[in-house]
Amino acid sequence: MNQNPKVQLNCPIPFQDFDAITLGHGGGGKLTQKLLEEGVFTLLNNDWLMSQGDAANLSLDGEYALSTDSFVVSPIIFPGGTIGDLAVNGTVNDLAVSGAEPKYLTLSFILEEGLSTSEFWEILISIRDACTQAGVMVVSGDTKVVEKGKGDRIFINTTGIGKIHSKARLAMKYIRPGDKIILSGPPARHGIAIMSKRQGLEFETTLTSDTRPLHHICQEMLEKFGDGIRFMRDPTRGGVATVLHDIVRQTKLGIEIHENRLPLENEVAGACEMLGLDPLYVANEGIFVCIADHNISDDCLHTLHSWEYGSQASVIGNIVEEHPGGVLMHSNIGGKRMMPQASGELLPRIC
Amino acid sequence: MKYLDEYRDSALVNKLLRKIRSTVTREWNIMEVCGGQTHGLVRHGILDMLPPKIRMIHGPGCPVCVTPAELIDTAIELSLRSDVILCSYGDMLRVPGNTISLQQARAKGGDIRILYSPLEAVNIARNNPGKEIVFFAVGFETTAPANALSVLQAWQSGLKNYSVLSAHVLVPPAIEAIMSDPETVINGFLAAGHVCTVMGLGEYQPLAQRWKVPIVVTGFEPVDLLEGILMVVTQLEKGEYHLENQYRRVVGKDGNPKAIELVNKVFEHRAREWRGIGEIPVSGLFVREKYKDYDALRKFGEINIQAEKQTECRSGDVMKGKIKPPDCPHFGTKCTPEFPLGAPMVSSEGACAAYYQYTQ
Repeated sequence: MNQNPKVQLNCPIPFQDFDAITLGHGGGGKLTQKLLEEGVFTLLNNDWLMSQGDAANLSLDGEYALSTDSFVVSPIIFPGGTIGDLAVNGTVNDLAVSGAEPKYLTLSFILEEGLSTSEFWEILISIRDACTQAGVMVVSGDTKVVEKGKGDRIFINTTGIGKIHSKARLAMKYIRPGDKIILSGPPARHGIAIMSKRQGLEFETTLTSDTRPLHHICQEMLEKFGDGIRFMRDPTRGGVATVLHDIVRQTKLGIEIHENRLPLENEVAGACEMLGLDPLYVANEGIFVCIADHNISDDCLHTLHSWEYGSQASVIGNIVEEHPGGVLMHSNIGGKRMMPQASGELLPRIC
Repeated sequence: MKYLDEYRDSALVNKLLRKIRSTVTREWNIMEVCGGQTHGLVRHGILDMLPPKIRMIHGPGCPVCVTPAELIDTAIELSLRSDVILCSYGDMLRVPGNTISLQQARAKGGDIRILYSPLEAVNIARNNPGKEIVFFAVGFETTAPANALSVLQAWQSGLKNYSVLSAHVLVPPAIEAIMSDPETVINGFLAAGHVCTVMGLGEYQPLAQRWKVPIVVTGFEPVDLLEGILMVVTQLEKGEYHLENQYRRVVGKDGNPKAIELVNKVFEHRAREWRGIGEIPVSGLFVREKYKDYDALRKFGEINIQAEKQTECRSGDVMKGKIKPPDCPHFGTKCTPEFPLGAPMVSSEGACAAYYQYTQ
């Protein structure tokens, strides 16, 4: 029996005989049924799920985008979110920056035996809340349980589909020299919030992850500016620098950015100094990079500023013909340097 | 950011640059000893802002770069034992030993944890009595006090399952080694601010006198670096050579006596192999006999490690300032950060990686 009173508050019905996930919860029998009915279905209640069919039947018309992503993060519950929000918002945002309005998600769990049911419940609640905030529905799903040691507590896969905005014409091939690079908000919040809770690197901070859905703002930008928006991408793993490198590699154009135009938050900047990290390489979950025609970049910025989470949006640089394949940074003091590509795992420096 | 923005002020930077330009009349080779300074020069784009007569040479002050391959192999070997948790600073993970890196060892099943402080490793030891916790103690004088403290804490609390694999190196013997090379081209040094924060200035004045070379203890921000360069150039142009302290807001004459005492209590000085450079007398810190139970090298006995293979890497010449990274025939061709021939191409503070990232 779970003796934790906090869990009783959060978790009134489900899994009452278990305080941890067991192999039985993935076996397809009574325990699986209990997990689904008392847990997943209670929170993510809709006709598709409740029909418990093998597939969700959807009737769609028009052009749709389809995207999938798997989520592994440690810790699974962190300041400002859980692996559950991330799994919803991650796929929602991949659709959002593709010009689509996300509608339906599938949700698959791989749970490691021993995961506490209270944590699983907290993750389910965050999934429900993220779905509500994003206006999407989970219409199909799956749960598997693996033996202890064969997973890392919980892995989540989500696949989503969304209707593409009629005015969207987004692809790297539309990017031209002279286009402006807009960053929708301050970088590195998510990565720093996660890192502040990793064992061995813990530090005191009030920073929380910026995980959130971005499609409302993206849809408004497309509605207003149509094909003036050339390309959008959310800079998750590898950070803003990795998105910029993807762009120059594929377009064979160059990029120039200005350090003094980066909307850096003081606390993030301080944590990055302490850890020896460059904020442009740290992961984000709630911002996007937008490449826009220079004629409309001021209007784009104006639109972004009208949203709370776009209030710090900034034109950080532009697309150039010079140094194809390279990202040039103008430093605050007037120096220049080429920004390297991220080389894999982000490792704090020694001094 | 308070206390940082002041030292990244572009008006002040330009003023210093103008002063440097008006002071310099001849070509000078200045070595910044510390990897953190190399990083600052590159990150802020300072190298291109300096007059062409000033050539900055990136010294051996990246502890990750100079840690011998054999010690990395030892760390890897230990990490792969089922009873060992190996703890390390982050940037050590990517550096290859003779065959693989710690990052690859982790993929092979090694329990390797990235930490900021060895004291956290002591905590891990307390919480895992069934495991041996080894901290890979890399770094210059800057990181040595915390590592010494971790040994003392473990010793005082009777903890038996903690040890350090010491790869500590010392700056003054490296400066001595560079200057005693008859082919040296170095005219002046920016000494490492953080190292002197711990150790003070005492060891540097004799070096400046003996080798007739200006040494300026310097910080890491643009204003620090440029002021340090200006101070070195001013001495050189006047034909002077003495020790100066640019980093006065942090470095005191005597350093941090308590930290020095800790280091001396736990470690003794002996000759140490520097990767790419070779053996430098009295340049390493080794765990004293009294604390031998906390010395991973003694604790785990002989570990069968091959000596470093002959490589085509010319990192030694780079770190001594004899060649610039692009002068190496393998730079950017056979040797890149993804496929490094030597450590300076791996670490973010390594001279070759800094050049590669800056120029590619």
